Amino acid sequence: MIAYVAQRLLAIAFILVVMSLLIFGITQVMPGNVAYMIAGQFATPDVVAAIEAKLGLNDPVHVQYWRWASGVLTGDLGQSLIMERPVGPMIREALGRSAILAVLSFACVAILGIALGVIAAVRKDRLADNAISVFTYLGISVPEFFWGIVLILVFARYLNWLPSGGIGDPAYGVEARYLILPAATLTFALIAHVSRLTRSSMLETMRSNYVRFARAKGLPEGTVVRRHALRNALLPTITVLAIDVGFLIGGIVVVETVFSYPGLGRLLLFAIERHDLPLIQASILIIAAVYCTANLVADVLYAYFNPKIRYGRPAH
Amino acid sequence: MVAPRIESARPETRLSKTRQRVPRKLAIGGLIVLVLMTLALLAPWIAPYRFDEMSLLKRLKPPSGDHWFGTDEFGRDVLSRTLMGARLSLLMGIGATLISLVIGVPLGLLAGYRRGWLDEGLMRAMDVLLSFPPIMLGLLILAVTQPTLWKAVIAIGIVYVPAIVRITRSVTLDLVNEEFIQAAHVRGDTTRYILFDEILPNAWPPIAVEASLRITFAILLGAALSFVGMGAQPPSSDWGLMVSEARPFVDSAPWIALAPGLAMCVTVIGINLLGDGLREALDPRMRTQRGA
Repeated sequence: MIAYVAQRLLAIAFILVVMSLLIFGITQVMPGNVAYMIAGQFATPDVVAAIEAKLGLNDPVHVQYWRWASGVLTGDLGQSLIMERPVGPMIREALGRSAILAVLSFACVAILGIALGVIAAVRKDRLADNAISVFTYLGISVPEFFWGIVLILVFARYLNWLPSGGIGDPAYGVEARYLILPAATLTFALIAHVSRLTRSSMLETMRSNYVRFARAKGLPEGTVVRRHALRNALLPTITVLAIDVGFLIGGIVVVETVFSYPGLGRLLLFAIERHDLPLIQASILIIAAVYCTANLVADVLYAYFNPKIRYGRPAH
Repeated sequence: MVAPRIESARPETRLSKTRQRVPRKLAIGGLIVLVLMTLALLAPWIAPYRFDEMSLLKRLKPPSGDHWFGTDEFGRDVLSRTLMGARLSLLMGIGATLISLVIGVPLGLLAGYRRGWLDEGLMRAMDVLLSFPPIMLGLLILAVTQPTLWKAVIAIGIVYVPAIVRITRSVTLDLVNEEFIQAAHVRGDTTRYILFDEILPNAWPPIAVEASLRITFAILLGAALSFVGMGAQPPSSDWGLMVSEARPFVDSAPWIALAPGLAMCVTVIGINLLGDGLREALDPRMRTQRGA
């Protein structure tokens, strides 16, 4: 197991290096001379040249990459060109806010998704199953931004129960009531994968011989569902939850825009609009690293819960 | 005690269920997609106004006989814009999927057929692409240039290349050991002939299923990119962009956002139903399950 994790960590490190090259390469060919943008519209060539020299923009590309990469490794993500502040603290702040939203939504997706999937499987072809299936079908079909706007219309404008966006007073972090609508939007958009998969794998395990045997032993149906079927049915769900992290990151970018939520997604869009290279590079690299780590965690959990897979040891 | 009886009763109920459900999904999905395609094709002729025709006197008017879906902040007819948006949305979904097929299928065929270092290198490259969350890769590609609808389509196409490469490769791996491929090899056929004339005709069903899944993903991703300002640009009537432009007026004129948003939902539901119906009807695994 440890060998497997180490091997995967190594692979992630490799992927992140390739990715940093890719991110750096792509941002190098971005249009718009950064020095011109900083100097403003009426800058003289001297001023532009001075800025170029200061930022090291005339150095060969590999020197620039090395300067950036070694900075990242020592925790220095560079200086934002537009905000004229170090990128590190900006990203940390935004990442924290995004993380709160992401973790909350992810927990809702996991808990509600599995619960709905189990209910649908146990009540197969009955009203509850059909209702859940329609509900989740809508979930995958409605784009997050539209669902978010509908929620704002209903709960913020007409009912006036919840704020329509923002995070309240930044001094207190993120207030809970500002999280409800964004988290509900993300949950609705993502829940279908989990609940559908849980349903189908529950149905499969319910047909298996060991569930039949457990019933034949005379165990109560609730125990059979919880202890025998659910445990085995959850394995594929773990994998789909990992895939959902990717969708979650995509959803967060959109949802943060809808709800004017100052997280990493909005920071990245802001950076792209303003061509703030250091900010773009750092935010994409951080998001990719989070994504890789989430996938690793999912694989390790999968191996941990599945007695049939034991990495790094010969099978018996 | 009840359980075994339910178990034995299941095949019949399931058979009748699926028999009745498959055509229904296919029919509803097919109908929605057909209507959409027709509306999209005829949009320039059936739209009551030009999609970019502005009128300062008619700003933010609620739905009425003249403007069924109302007007937006520039007095443009929301119905006409939504109709024209259908073209963009379908083009985006189908165009991006075609791009990922054109790039992904040859790579997958080659990787599965040649194996060795080429396969290894390609698959590692795909791993790197897959390590980006989809929207990030799209944003990274679009960040390079001024965003336009077409660049968004290309970016989405590239985002879904790894999925196509993987599925094509795995089907190819299964086929390579078949006798007719070995025979072609012995005959001395060119690699190109073997890949495209021997393997591809036998490999396409699972690839087509994967591609049909990608269409709605592509439509949704495209709308999301337009919504955050990285896809279609004003005055385009792309649905994602329309919803994004309607955001400041959602209080006073919700119809501007609701019309394209609902159109989008209907489109995605229609294509999903059609895809599910097709999969259930075509997938041999499901067929045997049903027969059991």
